[in-house]
Amino acid sequence: MSNPTVELTLPVMQDMELAATKTAEVIANRMDLDEEKTDEISMALIEACINAFEHSKSKDNIFIQYIIDPEKLIIKVGDKGIGFDAEVVAIPKIEEKIISDNKRGWGLQLMKELMDTVDFQSSEDGTTVTMTKNR
Amino acid sequence: MSDFNLKVREEGDITILETSGYLNNFGGDRVASICKQSISEGKRKLLINMENTKMVNSIGVSILIEVIEDLQGVNGTIGYYNVAPIVEKTFNIMGITNYSKIYTSEEDAIEALK
Repeated sequence: MSNPTVELTLPVMQDMELAATKTAEVIANRMDLDEEKTDEISMALIEACINAFEHSKSKDNIFIQYIIDPEKLIIKVGDKGIGFDAEVVAIPKIEEKIISDNKRGWGLQLMKELMDTVDFQSSEDGTTVTMTKNR
Repeated sequence: MSDFNLKVREEGDITILETSGYLNNFGGDRVASICKQSISEGKRKLLINMENTKMVNSIGVSILIEVIEDLQGVNGTIGYYNVAPIVEKTFNIMGITNYSKIYTSEEDAIEALK
């Protein structure tokens, strides 16, 4: 039997990432995840959605799957943008950012720190980030 | 529309901002605007009460880095109190706690900034 899956489609609109976090909270509660893990999932999800909204350069909807595995929650955030190479994204350093004109670029780092695994699949047809949080 | 709100008050020579709601790009811009105005008026000590901000995003926090940079230029300081655990974790991951401080309460923060 396949794992229970919740699917959500979000338009590219201001603060729509919060709709994704509300769904995540319901699912995390259903999985009996504690508040710390639930908040970490929400924060990582916010960053994944913002990346999809902003970096995809796409006006299409973004797609989110929450897959409830017995051992973990798997979240996939997909867009139909132009794609990017996560390997070439520099790890941000505060001592450099504080004197730089570009203070942004923290999303990937936050996702990696807050989730147990983060993987990207990207092509010219779009990007899907898959994040997991263990129970 | 963002549900972000902001109140500002003075406590001696300290400017205290009280945020409410999601600290995103709009919230960050509003905080930065008040902070920059305060700095331009000669204020050097800023505090943010984040009791009613349970969630932030990296864009909002990035804008706080601008404020920290501005304060470094005038030997000023910024601190935060009533910070939710996930917000504190985000601040730590981004490293802004290397350049600004989280306090446990307003009293502790004001005492430290005297």
